[in-house]
Amino acid sequence: MSVRTVPETVAPPVVGERPILVALAGQPNVGKSTLFNLLTGLHQHVGNWPGKTVERKEGHFTFNGASYRLVDLPGTYSLTANSPEELIAREFILRERPDVVVAVVDAATLERSLYLVAELLPLPAPVIVALNMMDVARQEGIQIEPEVLQAALGVPVVPMSATHGVGVPELLETVERMARGELPYTPRLPQIRPDHREVLETLEERIAGYVPEPYPREWVALKLLEGDTEVTQMMRAALPLERWEEVHAVLRAHDDAQVAVASGRYEWIGRMVRAAVTRPRLGQIGLTERLDRWATHPVWGLVILASILGLVFWLTYTVGAPLQGWLEKGIGALAEGVRGLLTGAPAWLSGLLADGVIGGAGAVLTFLPILVIFFAAMAFLEDVGYMARAAYVMDGLMHLIGLHGKSFLPLFLGFGCNVPAILGTRVIESRRARLLTILLAPLVPCTARMAVIVFLAPAFFGPAAPLVSWGLVLLSLGVLALTGIVLNRVLFRGRRSAFIMELPLYHLPNWRTIGLSVWQRSLSFVRKAGTVILAVSVVIWALSTLPGGSAGESYLVRLGKFLEPAGRLMGLDWRLTVALLSSFVAKENSIATLGVLFRAGEEGLAGMLAATYSPLVALAYLVVQTLFIPCAATVGAIRQETASWRWTLFSVGLLLVISLLAGMVVFQVGAWVAKGV
Amino acid sequence: MSGKPAPLSPDSVPLSALRAGEVGIIATLSGGHNLRSRMLTLGLTPGAEVTVLQNYGRGPMIVRVRDARVALGRGEAEKVLVRRRAE
Repeated sequence: MSVRTVPETVAPPVVGERPILVALAGQPNVGKSTLFNLLTGLHQHVGNWPGKTVERKEGHFTFNGASYRLVDLPGTYSLTANSPEELIAREFILRERPDVVVAVVDAATLERSLYLVAELLPLPAPVIVALNMMDVARQEGIQIEPEVLQAALGVPVVPMSATHGVGVPELLETVERMARGELPYTPRLPQIRPDHREVLETLEERIAGYVPEPYPREWVALKLLEGDTEVTQMMRAALPLERWEEVHAVLRAHDDAQVAVASGRYEWIGRMVRAAVTRPRLGQIGLTERLDRWATHPVWGLVILASILGLVFWLTYTVGAPLQGWLEKGIGALAEGVRGLLTGAPAWLSGLLADGVIGGAGAVLTFLPILVIFFAAMAFLEDVGYMARAAYVMDGLMHLIGLHGKSFLPLFLGFGCNVPAILGTRVIESRRARLLTILLAPLVPCTARMAVIVFLAPAFFGPAAPLVSWGLVLLSLGVLALTGIVLNRVLFRGRRSAFIMELPLYHLPNWRTIGLSVWQRSLSFVRKAGTVILAVSVVIWALSTLPGGSAGESYLVRLGKFLEPAGRLMGLDWRLTVALLSSFVAKENSIATLGVLFRAGEEGLAGMLAATYSPLVALAYLVVQTLFIPCAATVGAIRQETASWRWTLFSVGLLLVISLLAGMVVFQVGAWVAKGV
Repeated sequence: MSGKPAPLSPDSVPLSALRAGEVGIIATLSGGHNLRSRMLTLGLTPGAEVTVLQNYGRGPMIVRVRDARVALGRGEAEKVLVRRRAE
């Protein structure tokens, strides 16, 4: 069956009839995104869930003339309030009451992925099980009979393989018939373990009449027993004090009920799959386990990781850098063209358009080639299942700075550009670990910062330049590690989130999923971070030309001269101070700014700088510049991902203090040593 | 297997003590509410069979439970008590 059987046209809105609302639920790594992309194609909208930094994907499609609204719920292993994702998924089903919930399960890890189904069935929306990855299960030697599973569960089960487009029309037909109420729906619900049945009944009785809409009473009782924080808070507020104390006493006497509830669900799963699944003979070793002998080995795993990352770097430099160069040239030509067209117009207008708007938009665009390569590499490694292995082998080293394995890849991406690093922190579930990673990411020296180092170092340090550059990278990483240790102690009191994660099966990449992920992430970057960069570059342009129209007496220069006494502490004069300030738009801007202030092209500039400043001043400047506030794009990304100006300002302030302190230490100690000699 | 915290029987050991290839039956989970919740969700329930796929004696380890591979930090693996299954 081919993918094309799925209609991909936009449906005209049906008058007087709302589209059928379908929620897509599933654990991580079960192929949920592949199915979502297959059904909606480019007719999807990616945003955030209100008030949360969790991605919300929604799309639409038509099937047999009816239009459907498809909401992709966050991938979660369960529906207990462990994470914002889990809360979002269950609140959506409880409040929006979708017409159908499609629960995607992985046939190769059926028991584990049915756990979410066990949580979905007691909610008030009909569930269809999409038994995905049938091909992978077959490969692993697992035989499943969907009809037997369907008979056991009492809900429709559709075998399929989203990667190959197999079973999708059947799934849609089932969804259609379910939405119309044409299918029998008699789910067999999981029960709590017998030794806790009585206490569950007691609880239900105690809370009867006090459960707020739209929560089902039995579900609330079960969640109370599970120790669910949200539901517990809700019921404490809803119950009269005396009644709450009774309930609380019951719960305290059964604080081990959490295990009974989960075990009950797994016992139910065991009964459901017993007749439907035939397992491989013992001793059969699948492809995944053979690959993992290398990929997760403490030594070979690191070697493999290093090679893969090397390849990503190589791609960036051989493909991304030239593309970036062409884009820069193209944008430069466009700016000149605009200037030419506006020769009759006032100077401020052509300057605003050519330098402010086009220059600013250009800065956004020139990021794109590198971003696209990094997004593609991330999506590819994630899709084939390698990402979890990288996190696993790096776990030990990341422990040293208060993080665990999952923070490694986002931080690594920072070497290319800090923006994807910050967007990439979405793979980290724990808010605390994610925040710490975001705060540390700007300390990874990006290519733009390296470009400044590579430009200035040879002029000042001659043959020692590579050594100085290497030292600056090491300094950054050292400061990163130190900051991690300190922040973790001070801000988070050394609490570390638990490291427990699934290692999914390896499988072939799905190019559609990867392509759509790259497209969506790039678009979101251009939209959100782009507006910040554009605004900042217009402001900087205004500061650098107003009031006189020449760079010589502009506000920026005045600001530089005003700040010179502070700069002097690090050995910087007003010109270097201005260069440092302008690096906020984009790191490589500082070279262009020095070019303007020294009235020199890039060729002559290095020599002029070497004649003006001592190597010590240059070193201090490079240290400050490398650790300084990240560029506007990165700050935009930090704002976008933390959804908090407070943390964004904290990050900026932190880096400001660190970089200025480091610059001062280098300059003052260097001057003192020089005096002694 | 009861839901009450099982008495520490002499034959139950932390999961981290099992070598690669060894199989254990989960006896009890210790640790905080949230950690336990995440373990239970991933299928590490009392009575479940766990096969150790990788354990180098330090750093995180990998186990197979209910057909899925789960990576655990050493600290987390120490909180899972298992009975060694006789070969």
